[in-house]
Amino acid sequence: MEAVFRARGISKIYAMGEVEVRALESVDLDLYERELVVLLGPSGSGKSTLLNILGGLDVPTSGSVIYRDHDLTAASDSDLTRYRREHVGFVFQFYNLIPSLTALENVALVTDISEHPMPPRDALSLVGLAERLDHFPAQMSGGEQQRVAIARAIAKRPDVLLCDEPTGALDYTTGKLVLLAIERINRELGTTTAVITHNASIAAMADRVIRLRSGQIVDVHRNEARVSPDHLEW
Amino acid sequence: MRALNRKLLRDVVHMRGQLIAVSLVVMCGIAMFITMRGAYRSLVVSQSVYYRQFRFADVFAHLVRAPLAVAGDIAQIPGVSQVEPRIVFDVTLDVPGLAEPATGRLVSIPEDRHPALNDIHLRSGRWIDPSRSDEVIVSEAFAGANHLQPGSKIAAVMNGRWQPLTIAGIGLSPEFVYEIRPGGIFPDPRRFGVLWIGRKTVQNAFSMEGAFNDVTLAISHGMRTDDVIDKVDHLLAQYGGTGAYDREQQLSNRFLSDEIKGDRASSTIVPSIFLGVAAFLIHIVLSRLVQTQRDQIAVLKAFGYSTWTIGLHYLGIALVSIAVGSLLGVAVGVRLAMAMATLYKDFFHFPVFLLELQPSLFATGILISAGAASAGALLSVHAAVTLPPAEAMRPEAPPRFHAGIVEQSRIFRALSAETKIVVRNLLRRRMKSALSILGVALAVAILVVGRYTFDSIDYLMHVEFGLVERADVTVPFALPRGATAVDDLRSYPGVLRVEPFRAVSVKIEHENFSRRTGVTGLAPGSSMHRLIGKHGEVYDVPPEGLVLNRELADLLHVRAGDRVTLHVLEDTRPVAEIRVSKIVDEMLGIGAYMDLDALHRLMDEGNVASGAYMTVDPLSMRGIYERLKETPAVAGVTIRRATIEAFKQTIAQSQAITNISMVIFAIVIAAGVIYNGARIALSERSRELASLRVLGFTRAEVGRMLIGEQALLTLAAIPAGFALGFWLCSLLTKAYSSELYRMPLIVSSDTYAFAFGVVMLAAVGSSMIVLHRIRHLDLVEVLKTRE
Repeated sequence: MEAVFRARGISKIYAMGEVEVRALESVDLDLYERELVVLLGPSGSGKSTLLNILGGLDVPTSGSVIYRDHDLTAASDSDLTRYRREHVGFVFQFYNLIPSLTALENVALVTDISEHPMPPRDALSLVGLAERLDHFPAQMSGGEQQRVAIARAIAKRPDVLLCDEPTGALDYTTGKLVLLAIERINRELGTTTAVITHNASIAAMADRVIRLRSGQIVDVHRNEARVSPDHLEW
Repeated sequence: MRALNRKLLRDVVHMRGQLIAVSLVVMCGIAMFITMRGAYRSLVVSQSVYYRQFRFADVFAHLVRAPLAVAGDIAQIPGVSQVEPRIVFDVTLDVPGLAEPATGRLVSIPEDRHPALNDIHLRSGRWIDPSRSDEVIVSEAFAGANHLQPGSKIAAVMNGRWQPLTIAGIGLSPEFVYEIRPGGIFPDPRRFGVLWIGRKTVQNAFSMEGAFNDVTLAISHGMRTDDVIDKVDHLLAQYGGTGAYDREQQLSNRFLSDEIKGDRASSTIVPSIFLGVAAFLIHIVLSRLVQTQRDQIAVLKAFGYSTWTIGLHYLGIALVSIAVGSLLGVAVGVRLAMAMATLYKDFFHFPVFLLELQPSLFATGILISAGAASAGALLSVHAAVTLPPAEAMRPEAPPRFHAGIVEQSRIFRALSAETKIVVRNLLRRRMKSALSILGVALAVAILVVGRYTFDSIDYLMHVEFGLVERADVTVPFALPRGATAVDDLRSYPGVLRVEPFRAVSVKIEHENFSRRTGVTGLAPGSSMHRLIGKHGEVYDVPPEGLVLNRELADLLHVRAGDRVTLHVLEDTRPVAEIRVSKIVDEMLGIGAYMDLDALHRLMDEGNVASGAYMTVDPLSMRGIYERLKETPAVAGVTIRRATIEAFKQTIAQSQAITNISMVIFAIVIAAGVIYNGARIALSERSRELASLRVLGFTRAEVGRMLIGEQALLTLAAIPAGFALGFWLCSLLTKAYSSELYRMPLIVSSDTYAFAFGVVMLAAVGSSMIVLHRIRHLDLVEVLKTRE
């Protein structure tokens, strides 16, 4: 299988006032075409930082990240912008919908600047929200909002889907709905998907599980078979 | 980009209150700019068109009497392209329906043709009939003020003879665009007018056959006016010439040019202040918006929106309010400019006032305001879009805090917890507090500037008519008269006091500087025209030496104690070296004074007077006016009461539009700044306030904390605003200062109180709105969402 991402020796150091925080320390990581990876770790383990770097939202202090033929560590701000626009879909823990736009418009926000997007309605249908196109974020439940966020992330037909604690703010039932949507996207569209979570039970839905602690990868585990989110329990 | 545009639209609707405030401020700035700039351009164009079409002369000279052949000699001077000799006299007029005597300036015109220079624009009626000797054309302002029409009759005392006159026509001349009596400052069309009269009539009345006492010239393009003036002076010296002068010294043109100069300066200063405030407001509104939308910006970036697109998006929000403000501003500005044009047309007498409102003017106004606003917006937008998206998505780190000097003090420790929070918040966000103070201070400053012109005029009135000019009636004689003429005035029933004065035309030289003006000889201990210092202290005329007012002293670069050369331009034309013994402060004109006897000695003359100041019993006014109308020696009178009236009227008229709109605009801006400040404070702090509510603080306590903060900021801003306002007033004062009058830099306590009151009202109003919002603070919702 071909590696989509190839990260080598990446470190990230934040300066917080007088203290230096080492969020990542020489991490090596490959992500492969069509796979679903779960990044597992307690808070502060560096998983969000890693995801942000893969998604071109942040740059490592040292090391290199290659996405196919793009060197993300050497990219300029506008290169990174183009990279995100063309290849990456994001889902955030707090959904980060634009409150002044409806569900449909939040999706259109992304399809407006994409080359070959799917119609925003189709994206919302994929996450089971065909009925709530004209609702504003404030009029939807957390699960619905997160599914809009997923629709928004996949409407551009991204090559990679990066989800940062997508169920972190959701209850058990809605969390499952959201995971089902992510799993379905990965299966049906073949989008390389990385999901961050601190919930170990979710790991069973992945092809591979990568554990982080204190900015380092401590374990990589390949599941024999993926478990459908329907059958996950936590 | 449709979804992004929709977000823009919804954000605009959501923030409408604040954006409307911004729009209104932009409106004020643009309206001010268009009105003032438009008025300025219109004056310039109207002046130049009028001067060209009606052949306004380039050089003017007055003399005692010269044969007409001398006019031919003047025409021979190289560079002179046209000469118009004429006869000019000031006379006393008896106007039907006017108790007091009026002054008329008789200007001779050819009976059978229009004059070659300073042509008359006939507004109604016809040219004078060459076969009649009693016909005149009168100036429009005078005719209007006295309800005179073609066919009306008035009378003039010409060379001591009472002569009835019939009005043939009503006209205007470029020579009298601003129509004032000699030595006057403000027009008094009821009591001063110009009468154009057939040459034959006036030469017979004043025994001026084959002679002239006034001449105007046109100069060929590109020739030096100064050279011509020197040669004219040389030619006219033996005929009693009082010195030729160019357009710059011509009274009407001088006033008009000063007005233009002042308009040019103020049309830059005033709109700049307004647009600066607009930019500032936009900056605070946008930076607040950007701050609250940090995470949205991050999402847009995460999905691949470029920095540029996001920047434009936020700029767009600013531009919407600028666009609305611009449209309103243009509409209001055009209205005001039209009103100004009507006013100028009456104040300055133009045949046609060309309202110059070119599209480029609107474009410039809008561009300037858009530029100012964008500059205001860019800073905050820049800060937002340059943040790496990952960082932008995290809530802003809480501001750093350490106990400063204030907080370690004993006083601070004694404060209640509530007050401590207020003080700490202000100290913790120093930059924000400073900006809020600056915003309110600007509002205060604009209010001060808006009302300052009224103060300045009041003070000028108080000084000029309360301290300096104290004669009820000033009576100039047609020619200098002996003591008997003054005694004559004393004998009128009801006259309480008479002081003679002597006035001569002079040229004063100091080093390379020289100025033509008049020297007035004042009787020792003169109580009716007084010399005053900067703070209103009264001085006696020193027995020796020359007294200059500060404006003249500055023009000549003279200090008290310096010696100057005095060239008298009358009679035997003596020249003397004389010491400047004192410098006094006057707000009008460029004046010079001497002791009456000292001036007599200089002129080598006896006890003669050019006129007299009189104090009269108000009850005897009518009788005195009647006597004065019939006194041959008198060439028109100035009545203090009438001057004050005219002054008030003129000022009320000419300043009303600008000043009233400035005050209104200032109120709008003050309200806008304060309202925005309070709204922003509320939205920035709503989470914190909700937390306090959750902890058990009452609405009133929470409200007090927020309002307390705003109140402290407002109180701190007020003195700063007073200082800033005073400084802006001093800029305006400099811009408007001219030889003809100086705006005194006086800001009354009423003005400060007014600014204080308006700001307080705006603050209280905004507090009410904010308190109302606190009442509806949704505690759970606020705590759920991230900042």
